[in-house]
Amino acid sequence: MTESKKKNEILYFALRNNKLKLGVAVLFVFVVLTLIGPLLTDYAPYDYVGPPYHPPSAEYWFGTTTFGQDVFTQFILGLKATFMVGIIGGGLATLIGVVVGFTAGYRGGVVDEVLNMLTNIVLVIPTLAMLLIIAAYLTVRGVLAESVFIGCTAWPWAARAIRAQTFSLRSRDFVDLARLSGMRSWKIILSQIAPNMMSYLLLVFILQFGGAILTAATLDFIGLGPTNAVSLGLMMNNAVLWGALLLGMWWWFVPPGVAIMAIVGALYVTNVGLDEVFNPKLREM
Amino acid sequence: MLRLDGVSKVYKVGTFGGKELHAVRDVSFDVKDGEVVSLIGESGSGKSTIGKMILRLISISSGTISFDGVDISTLKGDALKEYYRKVQGVFQDPFSSYNPIFKADRVFTMIREEFYPGIKGQEWGDKLQDSLRAVGLNPADVLNKFPHQLSGGQLQRFLVARALLLDIEFLVADEIISMLDASRRMDVLNLLADLKSTGLSILFITHDLSLGYYISERVVILYRGRVVEMGSTEKVYFNPLHPYTSMLMACVPRLDEKWEEVDVELRAKESEFARGCVYYERCPLAVKDERCARERPPLVEAEPDHLVACGRV
Amino acid sequence: MSLQVENLRVYYQTLRGDVRALDGATFTIEDGEIMGLAGESGCGKTTLGHSLIALTPPMRFVEGRVTLDDEELPVWDMERMNDFRFKRISIIPQYAMNAMNPTRKIGKMTSELLESRKVEYKSTLPELKRRLDLVELTHDVLSMYPIELSGGMKQRMVMVLSTLLNPSLLIADEVTSALDVSTQKAVSEMLVGFRDREFVKSLIVITHDISILYQIADSILIMYAGQLAEKGPTDAIIHSPRHPYTKLLISALPKVGVKYAERKLEGIPGNPPQLLDPPVGCRFRDRCPVAFGKCLEEPPFMEVEKDHFVACWKEFERNA
Repeated sequence: MTESKKKNEILYFALRNNKLKLGVAVLFVFVVLTLIGPLLTDYAPYDYVGPPYHPPSAEYWFGTTTFGQDVFTQFILGLKATFMVGIIGGGLATLIGVVVGFTAGYRGGVVDEVLNMLTNIVLVIPTLAMLLIIAAYLTVRGVLAESVFIGCTAWPWAARAIRAQTFSLRSRDFVDLARLSGMRSWKIILSQIAPNMMSYLLLVFILQFGGAILTAATLDFIGLGPTNAVSLGLMMNNAVLWGALLLGMWWWFVPPGVAIMAIVGALYVTNVGLDEVFNPKLREM
Repeated sequence: MLRLDGVSKVYKVGTFGGKELHAVRDVSFDVKDGEVVSLIGESGSGKSTIGKMILRLISISSGTISFDGVDISTLKGDALKEYYRKVQGVFQDPFSSYNPIFKADRVFTMIREEFYPGIKGQEWGDKLQDSLRAVGLNPADVLNKFPHQLSGGQLQRFLVARALLLDIEFLVADEIISMLDASRRMDVLNLLADLKSTGLSILFITHDLSLGYYISERVVILYRGRVVEMGSTEKVYFNPLHPYTSMLMACVPRLDEKWEEVDVELRAKESEFARGCVYYERCPLAVKDERCARERPPLVEAEPDHLVACGRV
Repeated sequence: MSLQVENLRVYYQTLRGDVRALDGATFTIEDGEIMGLAGESGCGKTTLGHSLIALTPPMRFVEGRVTLDDEELPVWDMERMNDFRFKRISIIPQYAMNAMNPTRKIGKMTSELLESRKVEYKSTLPELKRRLDLVELTHDVLSMYPIELSGGMKQRMVMVLSTLLNPSLLIADEVTSALDVSTQKAVSEMLVGFRDREFVKSLIVITHDISILYQIADSILIMYAGQLAEKGPTDAIIHSPRHPYTKLLISALPKVGVKYAERKLEGIPGNPPQLLDPPVGCRFRDRCPVAFGKCLEEPPFMEVEKDHFVACWKEFERNA
């Protein structure tokens, strides 16, 4: 009885929150672009299709690169790669961080000590060195491999933060009350502690998402990224490499940069809005 | 009904857990059926720790707590759940007892899910209404609201209603009215006293002596984790034998008489006396008494229903 | 010293409008008087205490006049009040003992505080030490961090600091709430000690615990829902209260010697009104057992006996 009413209430407030609407709208635009984009272009990203250094025109909506490749095609397919890295890499990192953080924070004691040690070790490993070694063995790498690698190395700070939150929530009276109601530990974590941290977990995911995109761009730059793929990060770095700044070819590096900013920015705004929707106290004021 | 035997709780503190903190030391008392016992102590006395141990929220370091003859530390899984059907608790801070992002009703839903999974909606609704009315709340006023929309007094009574849904026999009330306004305290207190007449036993944990007197038949006075005096309320209040109890009585601000000129020793250092009386450092009677520093006085009966742990009595 | 407050109104600004937290306070405090300010949560006592010394947003000064020692206090002007704070009027805020900077030694904190008031630390040190002795704190406390002190010790330290410059009026806001009963007694008696030794001339003691006021206050002012209900000498308020709210409040207090089985004490049914849009007339009207028609009109705060003020039409009737 009360559960369905609660869901309706959340929906009600969600539909009226401006920040949420703005953030979701912007993200929606990019997602749509990613999905239908490939239908809008006949080219492949690295084909030489037209005159080089060409600014945006009716035929080449985003202009062409120094080699005469269609920037728009690169952009659309780059969006897809970028989203993939963000979701898979960011998602994986969040998942591992959540499992480790909740377990360490709720159980405490020996379990906590062991997981802490694990977290610290992964935190301290030089990911770049590791990647160089991996690159030496895997000569052909895809976006998936890159995402998994990022996911497996970026989770420690999330685990730490979630553990700290869980610690503080665990000692609150309402958790004691749940224990007095005969609830099992896992149920308490899922139904009492996690919901309190919902917006926090979402923020963690957003930061991981954005961080994964940026990390991928860095890796792409030094050639440790996917071979034979295109991403927004790669675009920007190619642009700089091939003199776009000097030659004033803004159409090559501005769209990908703006896209990354817009996506990550929209995610943040969405999160602030969601916090207001979830937290009843922030609503009534 | 509930019996504590030599219960102690030790925490490991300090770097690498080198030092020990004795929150509760060798505490023994019992609560009979339909009885209200006040557990009185100041901060650091260990009273809340005892309450949590009875509720199985903290483990017991040594000694036994038995409920109806069964050692509660042996209870696991379903047996523990059965225990919670009979023994419940209400805590000090009404707002902290609720998860702020859910409606207050959720505490009822939790009980329903765990203890009455098959119950029909209508039957549950009736049960809820009965419980709420029993605590003096109007269901229409308090259901379907968030915790911050209700007052402290309503939230505390909500929690008592929750406990009543389970047909409990024993309630641990840990400072439940200290955060309420003066005009609302009596309502909750009277509620507890009314429930007692239906056979409920209550362990009333408080630092406020006048509350203890109002509601309980027996009191247990705690100081730094140990029982220093216990017995029937009248006897302890009007004939306090332990110097600590006398000091407490003298310090209570009363409305019918002014404070006497009692020198209260404030310089209580944190050192733990491994031997000797726990109150030795602050005790006005123990000055220069070697025996009090050396020997720990046991709890002995000074008169029927009145025990005290003081070497000089 | 003398304090006169005339028709002080201070509201809280919120998104939904003004909360009329303090709606017309008029009273006087004489030299050497310890006045207790009591009431339940939301009655306005903390607002009153704070508006006399630090009227910060979201509090908004609406009208009123405060005179300390025949000089008008510009309570609405935070800058000009700087000259008065700590020197003429001082406050021990609630939770002050928890607000000490944990990374500063007590002595350093004191010297910083004094420098900000343009008082030299070294010259005040002997007096500071004397006062530490009086409140039974060792001088070592100056080289300790707040975390090393117990609750009672921190509270006493804060008390010493707030009175170091000998203000005329000291406002103590719930200084005994979080303390053990033995420390409560010591701290309360220290407040009286400050007055007796003339470190301060008069005190306003804000608390919800009326029994402490019975022990140390000369007079008690009872507030309800932002307005003054009754003010009078302590004995009169406790033993012969005039306002219905005061009567119910006093009778709702547990006393040693009163058992449930013998005499059931009653609380006051109902809740205090919302102050965003308070009810017309007497604000206690809805919960009052003797309310009648005239109560729809706001009763003035009038003297019914010597030094005993009440805001209740029923009581005016009785007097007439």
